[in-house]
Amino acid sequence: MATYQLNVNGQTKKVDVDPSTPLLWVLREELKMTGTKYGCGISACGACTVHLAGEATRSCVVPISLVGNRRVTTIEGIAQDPVGRAVQHAWVEKDVVQCGYCQSGQIMSAVALLKETPKPTDENIEESMGGNLCRCATYVRIREAIKRAAEQMT
Amino acid sequence: MVANNRLRLLVFLFAPVVLATGVGLSTNARNERVGNAADSKLADGLAAWEQVYSVLTSPRCINCHTATNYPQQGDDRHRHFANVVRGPADRGVPALNCVGCHQEVNAESTGVPGGPDWHLAPLSMRWQDTNDRPLSSAAVCRTVTDKSRNENMDGAALLRHHEAAALVVWAWNPGRRPDGTMRSSPPLSHAEFVDATRRWVDAGIPCPRGR
Repeated sequence: MATYQLNVNGQTKKVDVDPSTPLLWVLREELKMTGTKYGCGISACGACTVHLAGEATRSCVVPISLVGNRRVTTIEGIAQDPVGRAVQHAWVEKDVVQCGYCQSGQIMSAVALLKETPKPTDENIEESMGGNLCRCATYVRIREAIKRAAEQMT
Repeated sequence: MVANNRLRLLVFLFAPVVLATGVGLSTNARNERVGNAADSKLADGLAAWEQVYSVLTSPRCINCHTATNYPQQGDDRHRHFANVVRGPADRGVPALNCVGCHQEVNAESTGVPGGPDWHLAPLSMRWQDTNDRPLSSAAVCRTVTDKSRNENMDGAALLRHHEAAALVVWAWNPGRRPDGTMRSSPPLSHAEFVDATRRWVDAGIPCPRGR
């Protein structure tokens, strides 16, 4: 066990965990922040996406020992960011969600995309969101919502 | 007396020929020795290159030297999962960058390999065709030694690259797979790889003939 001090959504959190513990489980089990979801555990589905120093990151495969002092942003904190707010509003407006399980990860990836590519093409969206799976197949609405968020940001 | 004079005349006439022949033989022998040494060095250099090639085309190296829009993974060199794509700077695309999973070091507990600035080799350094087949030894050699494609590296720089570049050295410390087993390493040790590169560089980075 080791003690780690994390910056999660702007707040300092201290956890005492095994260094090999994935960040996802630190968030969910230690910090009780269950907005970030467990999907596959091997970074294949994107449900666990958070931002590490602004970079969309699959939290299920990153051991806590490798997080370092990078700030962690989760779905619980994404509304603090104007792009995050635009994406959330667009998600509601376009009624994207069906079962909702993958949507935390979808939103975190969409925000990361729009921060680097404020006017994404269909190809940009398909490539950037290609690692986020949705069993309900809400992909068309996700694309519409990302474009709507891009419009709102201008 | 007459016989002696004839002998002197013969010596006078033929001595230069004999001397010249002797000198000629000596020069030819020296040239032959030099030629043999050069041939031997070239042969050794080409043999060393084949050792280098065996490493470059091993999965730990060639999986990120693709000619396509995606990296590969595994010893069977299958397409990287999760729809990972190359992106404009060989580092993925926003929200799906290489570093979104691959950290600065291997993540042993989760089986994700890692190293500093994890990324694909540029397309100019592709060692495969678009059907994911490794290029020939001659073709890879031409690619690796072409300074317009290899970030302007000469032989000495290539040697340094093979000795110390973090993602090159990673191939000999590739970490564990998600199932806990160790990833395979290239067919030579890193020391053998560097030694082969040094012999190839010393021979003037020769490339095999052919396509």
